[in-house]
Amino acid sequence: MKVGRVVGTVVSTICNEIFEGRRLLVCDLLDENGEPEGYTIAVDAVGAGAGEEVLIVDEGNSARQIVGRSWGAIRAVVVGVVDDWSAGE
Amino acid sequence: MQLGRVVGTVVATEKADGLDGVRFLIVQPLDKEQRPSGREVVAADAVAMAGPGELVYFVSSREAAEALPVRFVPVDHAIVGIVDHVHLAVDR
Repeated sequence: MKVGRVVGTVVSTICNEIFEGRRLLVCDLLDENGEPEGYTIAVDAVGAGAGEEVLIVDEGNSARQIVGRSWGAIRAVVVGVVDDWSAGE
Repeated sequence: MQLGRVVGTVVATEKADGLDGVRFLIVQPLDKEQRPSGREVVAADAVAMAGPGELVYFVSSREAAEALPVRFVPVDHAIVGIVDHVHLAVDR
């Protein structure tokens, strides 16, 4: 899993059916200093909002389990809102 | 998933099994501000509606092979949606 920060949303009408009715979040991926290092577009499973630090699972089987499907082109999912984290102490 | 801009098409008549009828598009990966980032890739069009110039999002690796109607076909990038808007709420 990865720690990220929600920085925006993607609105998409024409999409693969597995994304229908789901929120897509643009998330910066954070390095150990909390600095952005790349980004991903992730499906929201917790109702996260802009500016929040979140936990992102970036693995297909876990993602499909979260949406209750055994197959589908889903991989990155926001699965938690981070209260606090620290690294490199 | 990543943002991308469709910049071209690829036509291939002879293809591996399962790829019949699948359109292939050349996609320039973009960063979140929609600036080009990295090399172009060829992606299968899993929404069957994307075209040159369009802003899309795409999946890579195994998930790409799950995006098409015939499952586990040999593709490594697949367009899974057309972007209407990207709203960036926090500028950092």
